[in-house]
This record gives sequence, C-alpha cells and structure tokens, in this order.
Amino acid sequence: MTGSPQRSAPELLPHGLDGLVLRFATALTEEANAAVQAFRARAEAADLDGVLEIVPALASLYLRFDPAVTSRAALAEALRAMLDGADAATAAPPPRRRWIIPACFEGADAPELGEMARLAGLSEAEAIRALTETETRVLAIGFAPGQPYLGLLPPQWNVPRRTSLTREVPAGALVAALRQLVLFANPSPTGWRQVGRCALRVFQPEAERPFALQPGDALRFRAVSGAELERLDREAGDGLGGAVLERLR
Amino acid sequence: MSAALTVHRIGPAASVQDGGRPGLLASGLARGGALDRRALAEAAALLGARSPLAGLELPGTGGAFSVDAPITFALTGAPMAARIDGRALAWSATHRLHPGEGLEIGAVRRGAVGYLTPAGSIDSAPLLGSRSAHIAAGLGRWLAPGDSLPCATAPGDEALAGRLLSPEDRFSGGVLRVLPGPQTGLFPAPLRAAFAGARFRIGPRTNRQAAELLCPDWQPNHHAGDLVSDIIGPGDIQITGDGTPFVLLAECQTIGGYPRIGTVHPADLPTLVQSGSDAALSFRFTAEEDAPAWVPEAEEIAALARRITPLRRDPATMPDLLSYQLISGVTAGDDA
Repeated sequence: MTGSPQRSAPELLPHGLDGLVLRFATALTEEANAAVQAFRARAEAADLDGVLEIVPALASLYLRFDPAVTSRAALAEALRAMLDGADAATAAPPPRRRWIIPACFEGADAPELGEMARLAGLSEAEAIRALTETETRVLAIGFAPGQPYLGLLPPQWNVPRRTSLTREVPAGALVAALRQLVLFANPSPTGWRQVGRCALRVFQPEAERPFALQPGDALRFRAVSGAELERLDREAGDGLGGAVLERLR
Repeated sequence: MSAALTVHRIGPAASVQDGGRPGLLASGLARGGALDRRALAEAAALLGARSPLAGLELPGTGGAFSVDAPITFALTGAPMAARIDGRALAWSATHRLHPGEGLEIGAVRRGAVGYLTPAGSIDSAPLLGSRSAHIAAGLGRWLAPGDSLPCATAPGDEALAGRLLSPEDRFSGGVLRVLPGPQTGLFPAPLRAAFAGARFRIGPRTNRQAAELLCPDWQPNHHAGDLVSDIIGPGDIQITGDGTPFVLLAECQTIGGYPRIGTVHPADLPTLVQSGSDAALSFRFTAEEDAPAWVPEAEEIAALARRITPLRRDPATMPDLLSYQLISGVTAGDDA
C-alpha cells in the first residue's frame, strides 16, 4: 500500500459477468481516494441504465450491472465519457452527513495509542488532538457488515500494520494503520494498533437503520472518559453510543 | 395456510437459505444465500415457483423431520439417501410428507450439499430482505434439533408432488471456466499456465465463506505485491500468502487484499461447491466472449421447468418389492 501512485488514466477492468471495476490507482493515495469519492457521487447522480450498485473501495470503484439491461461495453463507454469530462484536479465532494462520535482514548480502551504516537513522531496528547481534530471520511465499508475504513489521517500516521503479532480487539475498537482508522463491528484479531474505543455499533441487524454509516460520511471523534462513554451508551439505548448525526445538505 | 416443519435431528452447518441479500455491498454485506444456486433454481422449477424459495441447506448430511400439516417438498443438490417411513425417495424430485410420517435424509452419495425445500417456502420473517442465515454477518443461526420452521402451504401444493428433474452432473468435479478479473494481469503468464495445469481438490478449510483448493504440485513462488484492498465477490480465486488458492463463496468478506487470479464463471460455481474432497478440479481461463452469457434467474428456472417429467417409481429404489403388485393379472402360478 505504500508504493508510488499510478499517474495514468483510470483503468476499466472486468469483474465476473456482471461487474466492472474502475481502478484509479494501485496504491492508496489522497488523490486516488478523492477521485473515487468524486466519481462515485457523479456516477450515482448520473443514474446509469442497468447499474444495480456502486461500491467504493479505497482506490477503486466497483459497479454491478444487470446484463439483461445493459452490457459491459455500453457501461464502459458511458463511464469513459464521464471520465473524459472530469476535472483534472478532482476533489472529494463535500459530505452530506457528519457524525460526531464519542470515543475514549485512555487506558484499556487505547492500549497501543502510546506506541502509535511514538511511531508517528507525536506525543500522546498530540496524537489524541490529531484524532479528534481531523475530520475523516468513510472511505469504504467492508470486511464486516457496516465496518468503516476512515481516513485519511495526516501523513505522519502512515505507519504499517504489524506483520506478525496480532491481537484480539473488542467491538467498537478504533484501530489505526496506513493513515486510516477502522472502527470494528465485532471482536476481531488485527495487526492494526488500537488507539481508542467507541460505543457506536456500526451494524444492528434488527434496527430500523441497520447500517449506521454510509460511504462518504464525514466523522469527528469527541474525546470522553471511559465512564462517560458507558453513560452515553446507556442513556442513548439505541446502540449509537452517543453519536450524533448532522445533515449538512 | 401453514405447516410447521420440525427438525428432530440435523447435521452440522445446516441453515435456511434463499437467494440472499444482493445490493448491500456498499454496506459491507456479501449477498450470501444458497451455496449451490442451481439447486435453488431446480427446487423453484420443481415446485412451480418463478423465483427462488427459502429451503434447508444440508451440507454433507441431512437429518430427521416431521410436519403437523401436509407439505410438498423438493429434494435438490447433492443426492442423499432419503426415506419417508422407510420408503426410499427419488432425489431431484418432489414428494409429499404427511403428519405422522418421518422424513429421514442421510449422507450425500455424491457431491457436497443437498437442499430440502417446501413448496410454499420456509416462511420465517425476512431480515434485510431475506430469510437466509448469514452466519459470518451474525444474521440467523445454524439449525438445531427442536427447531420448528413455518412453511407456507397452498391448496394446489399436492399436485406438485411426484415430479422429477434429472440434474446435469455437477457432483464429480471437472474443468471450471475462469473469467479474467481486475488482477489477473498481475500474475505472470507462466504462473497462470501453471494454475490452469494443476489438478486441485477441495481442502478441509472450506465453509460458506470460501473453498480451499489443494494441489501438491502448485507452489507459486510469486507474490503479486502489496495491493490496496479491493471489492471482492463469490467466485473470485484469491491466492493467499502461502500460495494456497481459496475460491470465495456466498458469505465472503466484501473487501480484501489478497491478489485474485480470476473469477470462476457463475455457471460453474455450483460444480465447485458440489465437489467433495475426492473430486478433481481444474481451471481453464476463458475470455468472456467465449464463455456462456449471463442467464437471468427467472430464465434459468423456466428452462429447468421445461425439463421436468412425472416421477415414475423405479424398482431399484423400492424398499420391498414384494409389497408391490408388479404386473396386474398374474396369479401365483399354483392355481392350475
């Protein structure tokens, strides 16, 4: 993930009989990810014939189409025409929604914050400030249902995950690597370093809105104590752990 | 109207499955649903439905079942030994089960996964648009003895019993077509050729998320590089860190970083799913224009429905020939 970014035009690649991948880069860069987010917004607005779902990954966009309605060739042509019309300096579109999410960055909820801060060349206080002051975006949702990849953090946070040692983190764990954060949906082993914990449950199958987050959402973390996090979670009682959603447009 | 299908005994990793939950990839949820989608289509065709019904997915072995009201049901997928009160049942066919009778389904004879589908569908409350258990996502659970599953019934159901649909053999391995995918080009041509030349069998690390492919001669010493994670889906062939290929199945994760050499053609995925550990599998890279085109589900079901024939009793499956009058009008021979 740390290779030099690809500068050529996005590639259109096949995926199965009913899928098409638009690859902006083979490595995650700010530019590639902004291009993914920008193009996703445009492709959704374009309401292309026969497109069933548009799914952002970190540096690529996947489109599933209905071969009974459109063909790979016709869809590829429509996408190429949209790419040709795109601005060279593509910026991610402004967010439609912003979450303010309480998170605890202390003690047992942040067992590797110190190590992560050291690797990023920051004090713990500076690391917490970066985590609470950076407005991140949901870059992609995946691995587990509702589980977001958030980013990008400032360049110092480009720290690789551990290659060997993995440890089990709880649901709600906020883990960091490669300028990204992941908010874990379920208890899971990971090589990413746990820097905090939220009470927000990103997937609640029985809830009216089972998936809290959507790709493109903006997020800010609000530092609270562990006791405060528990209190917020208990008082809200909706599994959102005190998270507040603002609609921006 | 409805009936309750009671589970008295059931094998491990059995679950309710239908067509799954397409359209939730952006929320990180794979489609899920039946591992062998053709078995689902066969059941729908046999039971006169136009779209897939929810049934029981039975990997490896079946179980024992009874009902509190009559139901018609289809048995599809991997052939298993099935009996009602000792009377052997034809597979890939429909039958009637009455209250007081016991339906017993044993181990697979060939293949890997059988399906028991009631004519009116398992009628449990859908969750996120489907009745499928999606264990990896925490939706639903494995079936257990004592479970009672609601089945919708209709007055016309009885006429659906006694139908047969000879399946195409997909239970003994074979050559599977592989479509080039977004990362196929990252694998050098000799490596792709070596993959296509290898004979694999299904390994023990196989579940609803992925099938492990084993071959002693396949030892790639190539690493496709550190890739940024991408959207992945059923049929994708991941080459994991130690070189072992895994074919992703219904409950796979939605984003993954292992390089993928290609995607098994959806028409051939049922063959992969139905390959037992003794079946030999190999792969042939096939350009999309040379591969079978996409077939909409409704068309697949309609095509299967045209092949249905009435089920005639086969003497070979009759448990007690003496209990049948084989030729009418013949006397015992000693009444001269």
